[in-house]
Amino acid sequence: MSSNAITIPGNQIQSRPWVDELHQWVTTVDHKRLGILYILSALLFLTIGGVEALVIRIQLMHSHNNFVSPEVFNSMFTMHGTTMIFFVAMPVLFGFANYLVPLMIGARDMAFPRLNAFSFWLSFLGGLLLYFSFLGGSGLYGAGSAPDVGWWSYAPLGARAFSPGHSSDYWTLSLLVSGFGSIGTAINIIATIVSLRCPGMKISRMPLLVWMNLVMAGMVLIAITPLSAAQIMLLIDRYLGGHFFDTQAGGSAVLWMHFFWIFGHPEVYVLIIPCFAFMSEIIPVFSRKPIFGYPVMVAATVCIAFVSMSVWAHHMFTIGMNSYANSFFTLTTMAVGVPTGIKIFNWIGTMWGGRIQFKTPMLFSIGFLFQFLVAGLTGIMMAASPFDWQLSLSYFVVAHFHYVIVGGILFALFAAFYYWYPKMTGRMLSERLGKWHFWLFLIGFHLTFDVMHIPGVLGMPRRIYTYEPGRGWDTLNLIISIGAFIQAIAILVFVANLIISYFKGAKAGNDPWDAWTLEWSTSSPPPAYNFATVPTVSSRRPLWDLKHPEDPDSRYE
Amino acid sequence: MSVVTTSFPNTAPGWQLPSRGKVAMAGLIIAESAIFTIFVVAYLFYLGKSLTGPAPREVLETPIFYTICLLSSSLTIHFAAKFLARGIKFAFLGFWLLTIALGGLFLYGTAQEWHRLIYEHGLTISTNLFGTTYYSLVGLHGFHVTAGLVMLLTVAVLGLCGHIGIKQSGHIEALSMYWHFVDAVWVVVFTVVYVLGR
Repeated sequence: MSSNAITIPGNQIQSRPWVDELHQWVTTVDHKRLGILYILSALLFLTIGGVEALVIRIQLMHSHNNFVSPEVFNSMFTMHGTTMIFFVAMPVLFGFANYLVPLMIGARDMAFPRLNAFSFWLSFLGGLLLYFSFLGGSGLYGAGSAPDVGWWSYAPLGARAFSPGHSSDYWTLSLLVSGFGSIGTAINIIATIVSLRCPGMKISRMPLLVWMNLVMAGMVLIAITPLSAAQIMLLIDRYLGGHFFDTQAGGSAVLWMHFFWIFGHPEVYVLIIPCFAFMSEIIPVFSRKPIFGYPVMVAATVCIAFVSMSVWAHHMFTIGMNSYANSFFTLTTMAVGVPTGIKIFNWIGTMWGGRIQFKTPMLFSIGFLFQFLVAGLTGIMMAASPFDWQLSLSYFVVAHFHYVIVGGILFALFAAFYYWYPKMTGRMLSERLGKWHFWLFLIGFHLTFDVMHIPGVLGMPRRIYTYEPGRGWDTLNLIISIGAFIQAIAILVFVANLIISYFKGAKAGNDPWDAWTLEWSTSSPPPAYNFATVPTVSSRRPLWDLKHPEDPDSRYE
Repeated sequence: MSVVTTSFPNTAPGWQLPSRGKVAMAGLIIAESAIFTIFVVAYLFYLGKSLTGPAPREVLETPIFYTICLLSSSLTIHFAAKFLARGIKFAFLGFWLLTIALGGLFLYGTAQEWHRLIYEHGLTISTNLFGTTYYSLVGLHGFHVTAGLVMLLTVAVLGLCGHIGIKQSGHIEALSMYWHFVDAVWVVVFTVVYVLGR
């Protein structure tokens, strides 16, 4: 290891007036600050979307409940779904990608810093536009109403006749605007990874997180754009009197479904692939072993991306497609399980025989592995179209996709928060509060979403406002709601941990986890320029090579 | 101040990566292709499904001349970019202005066709499904031509003021990629609307 030390002028702490500080954050084009802004905006919307979920759960706690009106209930589940997908999951994953990708490939910023800032403000203001509908949804005439036609906005519900006022316009425009933001970020991520890698960072040496974000960004380009196109068509219908989804004039409601799900299903993989990326970085570090089967992981990711483009109509088995379409989409959906299974085996293979450290990031990762497997299994059940005919639009489906999104994506995100928080702030998150967070959330999660499968099988349809007593749903719904509140308490512990540790956490140092990728070679938090000298790498684990010059990875490549 | 003891052995072999501008433009083109695909699918799906007239066969005329204009503008912008890369500014500007003229001519052709459809045949975006899909597909393409022309004009103004030189060659090439894409989309739109759709 060469001994010349680089002196990096760290954060020179000067006390500036807060207006000045705020101005710097608003006008920043630094990928790290934008990454943090993405994450903070996602946390804000997570809180709002979480409160909406609690309103839904209070309403369904027992039969014939009157906590909210049916109209409010409809807008609650619409806003909950839209918020969580577009203004929580997407921004938080883009935030991590923004923060980590340049650091991991040894770059000083994203390829287009100003485009990066533009994309962030598009998605954030898109979210504000959606929530402005609470005030402006009915224009000046009514008290205003949020969109209430479900997050799919199935035709003809989105049409003028069924969505009078402006609630659906806010929905359409906010998704269009934030969609353009997503496309900008995706282009930026691709250009950064292709064009800004440091010397020696061949594509076969890129950390898996970088690989998977590259695949994710590629998917955003072809999966988000159909939604944008469909939103433009809906706007033409609503404002120019077009007939795309107007069945009275020969238009087709089913076409909207196809367009929506051509976006909608790949979107799930857009969200889960970055979570695979977190797992592929965190599990090896806490198992003290390099990732098992690197090339296979990459191949499986690309494979998932391809196959996931041809599975969308499994959301539409009940509309009455012909048997060829049903069989095709059943088979493709089951086929996605193969590369996904390969990944799960590879993570287990990484842990196998390793010296596993059960730190909070690793706990969440293990939770992810278990829950994502179960979510995948119910997914395979639903992939069989005859089974889907029985359970489509029931609470079984709701339980299934929340198992993916909460049990999979959110658990992976929590792992990522605990793992990279020290890099972002220079302070460790408290392990004690972290364990409380993990166990509370785990218990709450399983209470809610394990139990939620049962009313689905018993025939409880999704999106109902209330239900009759005596169908065997009451106790189950009560348990589900209690679990939701336990999860809410766990989130409060998490937020408390984020705030307390920011001020009082143990100092992290450059490399608290003894990890191997480039972001840990610079200070925590990294200086604005990331690296004083642009690094040169000669293996997949550049920091291992530096720490172990007697046995570097590069010898085996 | 923090002292970082990690430094990396300084061996920089011939490390060459693609230009970020071209990669980004390729990404934009992929995204735009997906948008156009959805509009083309909608057009094909609704062919012959209009409940009222007029039908494409009755009112559409194949715009061969304007199509030739647009497609040849791909050639002229290609020559312009090549001349700039070789540093011949005068020829670059000449071909660039020719490209703008050809693109403008194409837009004029679209405008004329729309004028005829609206005032002679009474076909608007809300008349029937054909109107809805026709105006949105051709209009989406026309919007991209317009956006391209705005960028080309910006470059032309900068070029006339003498601000475009061999250093900007990479940017000009990225811009010409976009223009080629707009032309390629027209080949698809032309085939779908005027050949298959009639």
